[in-house]
Amino acid sequence: MRGPATPRQCPTRRRRLIDSKIVDSPSPAGLPAIDANLVGRLLGAALAAGGEYAELFFEHRSSLHLALEDGRVRSVGAGVDAGVGIRVFAGGAVGFAYAESFEAGPMLAAARMAARVARARSKAGAPRWRAAAPQVPATAPARVAVSPAEVAALLRRVDRAARAASSLVVRVDASLAAVQREIVVAASDAPMLRDVQPLLRLSVAAVAERGGRREAGSTGGGGRFGLEYFAQRSAESFGVEAARIAVVNLDARAAPAGSLPVVLAPGDAGIWLHEAVGHGLEADFIRKRSSSYSGREGQRVASPRVTLVDDARVPGGRGSLGVDDEGVVPTRHLLIDRGVLRGLLHDRVSARSAGVAPAGAGRRQSFRDVPLPRMSNTWLAAGEDDPEDIVRSVRLGVYAARFSGGQVNIASGDFVFAVTEGYLIEDGRLTAPLRGVHLIGNGPAALAGVSMVGPDLEMSEGTWTCTKEGQNVPVGVGMPTVKIDRLTVGGTAIAEGPR
Amino acid sequence: MSLPRGSQVLLAGLQRRATQILGELRGLGAEHAELRLEHGQSLTVSVRDGALEQLAEAQSLSLSLRLVCGGRVATVTSSDLRPAALSPLLTRALELARLAKEDPQAEPPAPRLLARRWPELDLFDATIRRLGADRAIRLALLAEAAAMQADPRVSSSGGASCSRTVSHALLATSGGFVGPFAGTRVGLRAQVVAEDAAGGRRSGHYWSGGRHLASLEPPEAVGREAASRALRSLGAAPIATGVYPVVFSAEAAAGVIGLVSHCLLGDAVARQRSYLARRLGTRVASPLVTIVDDPLRARGPASRGFDGEGLATRRRVLVRRGELQGFLLDTASARRLDLPPTGSAGGGGGQVHPSASNFYLQPGRRGPRALLAGVRRGLFVRATLGFGFDPGTGHFSRGVEGVLIEDGQLTRPVAEVTISRNLDELLRGIDAVANDFELRTAIASPSFRVDEMTVAGR
Repeated sequence: MRGPATPRQCPTRRRRLIDSKIVDSPSPAGLPAIDANLVGRLLGAALAAGGEYAELFFEHRSSLHLALEDGRVRSVGAGVDAGVGIRVFAGGAVGFAYAESFEAGPMLAAARMAARVARARSKAGAPRWRAAAPQVPATAPARVAVSPAEVAALLRRVDRAARAASSLVVRVDASLAAVQREIVVAASDAPMLRDVQPLLRLSVAAVAERGGRREAGSTGGGGRFGLEYFAQRSAESFGVEAARIAVVNLDARAAPAGSLPVVLAPGDAGIWLHEAVGHGLEADFIRKRSSSYSGREGQRVASPRVTLVDDARVPGGRGSLGVDDEGVVPTRHLLIDRGVLRGLLHDRVSARSAGVAPAGAGRRQSFRDVPLPRMSNTWLAAGEDDPEDIVRSVRLGVYAARFSGGQVNIASGDFVFAVTEGYLIEDGRLTAPLRGVHLIGNGPAALAGVSMVGPDLEMSEGTWTCTKEGQNVPVGVGMPTVKIDRLTVGGTAIAEGPR
Repeated sequence: MSLPRGSQVLLAGLQRRATQILGELRGLGAEHAELRLEHGQSLTVSVRDGALEQLAEAQSLSLSLRLVCGGRVATVTSSDLRPAALSPLLTRALELARLAKEDPQAEPPAPRLLARRWPELDLFDATIRRLGADRAIRLALLAEAAAMQADPRVSSSGGASCSRTVSHALLATSGGFVGPFAGTRVGLRAQVVAEDAAGGRRSGHYWSGGRHLASLEPPEAVGREAASRALRSLGAAPIATGVYPVVFSAEAAAGVIGLVSHCLLGDAVARQRSYLARRLGTRVASPLVTIVDDPLRARGPASRGFDGEGLATRRRVLVRRGELQGFLLDTASARRLDLPPTGSAGGGGGQVHPSASNFYLQPGRRGPRALLAGVRRGLFVRATLGFGFDPGTGHFSRGVEGVLIEDGQLTRPVAEVTISRNLDELLRGIDAVANDFELRTAIASPSFRVDEMTVAGR
């Protein structure tokens, strides 16, 4: 896979929709008003050949991106992607089709295509659906406007700040993407729901050079915001941070190779959890019995210091949702409670098969894709160990501060993640910066090896994108300072002494 | 081979729409524009535990375009091509272009460089529609059944799927280039999990496919291969940290060769974000290494008769017996580097960028088993996990799954270890290249051996 917001403890009570306000005639720039009669006809066509459930997923996505290269706008572009995905459940099978249009003809054709999955089943009388105007959960943010000229000015500030931070910086690339996603989900068994999901992402890469050696540093930020995000977090600070990492890496030396204690810094390191355990708790893998956590509910799967939460309702979180992509309002998921596996992430398909209610973890990249159980914002709950004591407890190990990505093999639980800023720990102190390195381990074993957890929970700054079955969705991750007793550090320097 | 009538009608329709859009852009004041219209039809079925799980069908049409106005560039993508929706977006793109810097490199390629004719590459299988939903379901069920029955240790099915896509596209520029494209693809995939008595679990998957129906392997073979991939890594465990000779299987080797392709892309080179940027004409790999980019292979997964800017394409040797001979350049990066463009523009229309086509390491003469001979204690890498690579420095580190080599024999399965070495050193350390080459994927390689790498494990 590839956040600033502080996770807030939210009540677990499911939100009722009774008091939600009705939305009328959205502006012409976004999703057009969805005609309730047409929704009825489409659901009717989708279920005309049989089937127990049908769902229409209307989506409109407009995007703007600007990229600055050495202080000048190198590329600028805009995009629109809009359409409807139609899904039918029939006797355990799913039919799916989409139309890149909100006109009746193409949408009805897609509904009939999706209905083909049920064609072998007995022809029931086509039910008539009556849909009301879409409702919007109270948590949905309003549309945000992003001015391209303002973006260009902001990127120039980032660039100048990076160059001012160090005379060693020889190159700066900065880009910003702003997406406005609007969805309406009309399911045959639920009220029609609408959500607006803005997404902002700033990326900065700096290159520093000294004595012929060049090293890169990159950072970024964003979340479900418009440009007001930069009122709380200065654009300049990202430029300074990218420059700092590039300069640190000029002194980086080869990382050790072998099995060592690893201390993960707060924030970004949540990617470790996402890979090491998060994916294994997505219920499609459990349903297919391909996850190493299959059949382990109620059992101890981690050290008692591990409490793992996934919550799509973190304000501004990159993975936050007012409504998921199957028309379910998300709740907070307590996945692991003090080491014991308590919950899984379900979409409608896995929830039906497990006989539980879907809880808002069904996500898709776009109307062209079928939803899958996915994480939203995932974090490890804070503990009580002093972060300084955590580092002091390590004689020889690695302190991992920033990461570029990770991957997991679901069946075996083996995971890797790549460290882009790391330090050697020697005798309880951070010493030399280390060259980029992979950490590899096994999910259940690493979770059992979590021996210390700090109180300093932070969410990552809104840049991670998770890929599963070819579908990309934005996610948030978070972590306090954590010590894992043993992980394999994939450096090139072979440590001295007994192995 | 000429295209079926339906394809010709579709492409003619795309051309009419392209002409309209280019005319509209000219009216709005754009000096130059390139656009790509892409039409796709796809069918995907998936089955699990002997029953249909999903049937998905789709038709799509999308536009991507790049326009130049006052020497400034903006790009547009859209899936809504109704004039009422597209016109405001085009107007907005012209406004956005004003924010960009004037870019002398944005000028369109010289007309004399544009392709006028291109070879027939046999990328379209007119019989592909014979693969309807029913037959696709049958193939997927057979593949799954073969995988599940292959061995009692195969414990659960991750499902099998079968898909076909038919793509038509048209690249058109205000400079008068019109390039139609038609291609088909088909694929069959199975995935299973195997469990051993000790509770260890490993998954295996296998994919077969290509441009033509005939490229599909029998479903039973696809299923058996998926099962064997899960079984062969059961019981895998780390080995001791140390320096080992490493043999990369053809699939894992393709991953390494893919990294080389990233370092040869013109934009990375022009921005000095590739460790190979200043190495043209010098030795960058062992003399056993010859790397080719060949866009003109018949039925190739990434074959193209013209590139994303309409330039003619040709087979190029990028590394010849270890010496770096060229980069992959589009017009913009070629101008920045003051080199001729190489017909390597990918994307087309809006998002033009240098890209590899069919990119591969030339096979050697020895059989893959010969690579193991003489290795006293080494690691055979079957699959890699993770993305750790810095093109600017060449630092490379991956998680791997494989098998321990002892006295020339594959002995026990290995997992949860990493391999690392700088790519520059790795390529120079290649001391044997096998002959087991097949262009199944756009980036491909035969298996090869590297004299030493650091393995981090127990």
